[in-house]
Amino acid sequence: MSFPWANHYNPQHPFMKWMDEKLPVPRLVYNAVGSGYPVPRNLNYWWNFGFMALACLGIQIVTGVILAMHYAANGLVAFDSVEHIMRDVNWGWMLRYAHANGASAFFVVIYIHIFRGFFFGSYKAPREMVWLLGVVIFLLMMATAFMGYVLPWGQMSFWGAKVITGLFSAIPLVGEPLQQWLLGGFAPDNAALNRFFSLHYLLPFVIVGVVVLHIWALHIPGSSNPTGVEVKSESDTVPFYPYFIAKDGWTLGAFLFIYCAVLFFAPNMLGHPDNYIPANPMSTPAHIVPEWYFWPFYAILRAFTADFFFIPAKLMGVLAMFSAILVWFFLPWLDRSPVRSGWYRPMFKWFFAVLCIDVLVLGYCGGSPAAEPFVMISQIASVYYFMHFLIILPIISSIEQPLPLPFSITEAVLGKDETAASGAVAA
Amino acid sequence: MAHDAGTGIPELTAGDEVRRRDFINIAAVGAASVGGLAVLIPLISQMSPSADVLAESSTEIDISQIKPGQAIKGVFRKQPVFLRNLTPKEIAEANAVSVASLRDPQTLAERTKPGKENWLITMGVCTHLGCVPLGAGEGEVKGEFGGYFCPCHGSSYDTAARIRKGPAPKNLEVPEYTFTSDTVVKIG
Amino acid sequence: MIRILSILVGLFFSLALLWSLGKGAASFISEPPAATVEQAFHKPPRELRLASDGLFGTFDKQQLQRGFQVYDEVCKACHSLRLVAFRDLKALGYNDDEVKAIAAKYQVPGVDPNTGEANTRPGRPTDFFPQPFANDIAARAANNNAIPPDLSLMTKARHDGAAYVYSLLTGFQEQPAALLKQFPDARTPAGLHYNPYFANLNLAMAPPLTADGQVTYKDGTRSTVDQMSRDVAAFLVWTAEPKLEKRKQTGWPVLGFLLFATILGNLAYRNIWRDMKH
Repeated sequence: MSFPWANHYNPQHPFMKWMDEKLPVPRLVYNAVGSGYPVPRNLNYWWNFGFMALACLGIQIVTGVILAMHYAANGLVAFDSVEHIMRDVNWGWMLRYAHANGASAFFVVIYIHIFRGFFFGSYKAPREMVWLLGVVIFLLMMATAFMGYVLPWGQMSFWGAKVITGLFSAIPLVGEPLQQWLLGGFAPDNAALNRFFSLHYLLPFVIVGVVVLHIWALHIPGSSNPTGVEVKSESDTVPFYPYFIAKDGWTLGAFLFIYCAVLFFAPNMLGHPDNYIPANPMSTPAHIVPEWYFWPFYAILRAFTADFFFIPAKLMGVLAMFSAILVWFFLPWLDRSPVRSGWYRPMFKWFFAVLCIDVLVLGYCGGSPAAEPFVMISQIASVYYFMHFLIILPIISSIEQPLPLPFSITEAVLGKDETAASGAVAA
Repeated sequence: MAHDAGTGIPELTAGDEVRRRDFINIAAVGAASVGGLAVLIPLISQMSPSADVLAESSTEIDISQIKPGQAIKGVFRKQPVFLRNLTPKEIAEANAVSVASLRDPQTLAERTKPGKENWLITMGVCTHLGCVPLGAGEGEVKGEFGGYFCPCHGSSYDTAARIRKGPAPKNLEVPEYTFTSDTVVKIG
Repeated sequence: MIRILSILVGLFFSLALLWSLGKGAASFISEPPAATVEQAFHKPPRELRLASDGLFGTFDKQQLQRGFQVYDEVCKACHSLRLVAFRDLKALGYNDDEVKAIAAKYQVPGVDPNTGEANTRPGRPTDFFPQPFANDIAARAANNNAIPPDLSLMTKARHDGAAYVYSLLTGFQEQPAALLKQFPDARTPAGLHYNPYFANLNLAMAPPLTADGQVTYKDGTRSTVDQMSRDVAAFLVWTAEPKLEKRKQTGWPVLGFLLFATILGNLAYRNIWRDMKH
């Protein structure tokens, strides 16, 4: 990229010059996350979660590679090998808790990152590709997290594997053979455990690849910002280094503080006790729930309790659950409002607030037993969820009167923009 | 990270002020580095032997069934250990060797316990590259010096398990052991 | 075009959901779900405070030793502790010789070195606690068709695990008259035992701790049923999370350092942004 005023990489040291000729990795870094990347100066703290997500991915890969050195993916010993890590491997308890809670931390961060995008219209042109790649990353994360949760081979692992692969059996005609193909058997066993382990190890590196594309796509138009007004001149931006390195750096410290507080003082808070019982194909836990980050989608899955015309309830639920994420792919074309930021969208703002509450309600219902009133509440909440993306957003983007936008980022920050006054608008 | 000077670091003014601010920035980067290094401790030490492996580091072996001239293979730290009941002839052969001429000079007495010179207890791990030498099992080749012979690269050990020929640099290692009774040896 | 399609899809999902909601509501009104006996009579665990609780909690080793004594003299007849090795008991304050002596009291599976036949031999510190039954079938046969669960992770495998263990052990009682009045079919079946802290209220395990003084504590503590239940709960907290102390002791310096580094980072951030309004 990009802006004509971006700093240019200019190596001084002979070695760096030599390196720049042979393999310009330092130049790449400089232009990606160094001084060579101009970033809107008005980014608020909601913009810090992308960097934190990257840190989470790093934590998960490092701890995961290490756990794989001690874990054994075999139904007879998988559970015990995890306990071996917890009891006998040096620092094993810490690494395993770091990985288990790291998954939760990753999802907390990524959900905030996604909802920041929802509110500030980060999915809109010219950043559609950034958004699409982001949704792909989210799907890959969900697959990775699900398969990782199976590996300790406790009761929730086993029944989670059975129930989630059971979703595929809802597909007409090919469903049951498909489920058997996924599991390599009629129920989860060694075949399933081994392939889940293999893919759980592979997918994070696929995520790394898509993250590279995500950041690459971001660097073409440059970062969005809370006003949603595109960068116009040099005074709108600051170089990523040192400004945003410093900002991301200290918030990473704050994030790690909370993460470590959970890791060291409540490491099982987000887990389920049943997963400390070894997998038993003969007995289902009283109350099967996935990990908390799947709860909203799980609630949507369970909200369909009656056959709808010729479509069985089970298929409807599966269809809706996958659609709940797939609609995100269409978001850039569903929301046609020319204004990006929710700050300047008086109607959208309120619907966004309702969506946030709606998803929290769905999450709460998804984590509760499948009984009344949770089923009815999740039915109503699911209606809103689909209405929000598929009906409300397309309609309000045509009828809403946005508030006046600032001329530029500089004006939004300083109250005036001298460059703009002199008419020197760069692009 | 590569960067050149003057890339938008704010213009700083008075000298003391600059020093104070620089100090904080350096301290922050320093703290981050210390944290990063501290994290390496668990990441590295997780690879060293775990508690269950360390707990296996002693083993008790019954030697009551070994007759003179016989040997058995025990297991110590997942590696073979040779327990050999030497015949008087083998002891005499070992003592007849000029210690000074050996690659790794040691007497038989130094390699056994006082009063138990007939019990030669060594690791069954060739000091060259770690193969298991032959000679402890019934009918195995003992090599030209009557002790052990390593088939991987041809190291020959004598009746005190001292290296006599071949690439191995050291005598077969004598592990720490004690006789807990006349018939039981505790290794490790 | 895409917006018309999306509105149609949205309506499709909404109608399907409302259809489910309507049918659900109708059946909810026509046949309101009956209260179950578990909902009415299951109790949450009684409060139990242990030395290992809280942010600074550490194990009370005397209590863990007492709890181990209860396991050793009472529980082990039916319940395994298969993830714990005798060597681990050193953490309770036993020395090497004591651990050896404890291990030797247990018979662990072995092999006759001369014939190769399976037999048993006295345990060694490196052995894990042996299983009381040869396999699940034997366990069922000996225990009224219920397998006594392994206790190693029990306090992590139940909500509020330590309090659950304590409540269950002290919670055996006669079935309340009110229960039988409200749910005449819910009489505890023969061979099971009523316990309001157990998920389905009736448990195959007979009350294991029945009389004060059932275990004679080596440290002289009076062994009431309540005390023994507390002690064994404390012991099972240790078996489930032997690294609990190390975890908390590591946590404090880590949090302290992170706080310090974050404050420094924040100061550096303020420095760098000092002249940049944003």
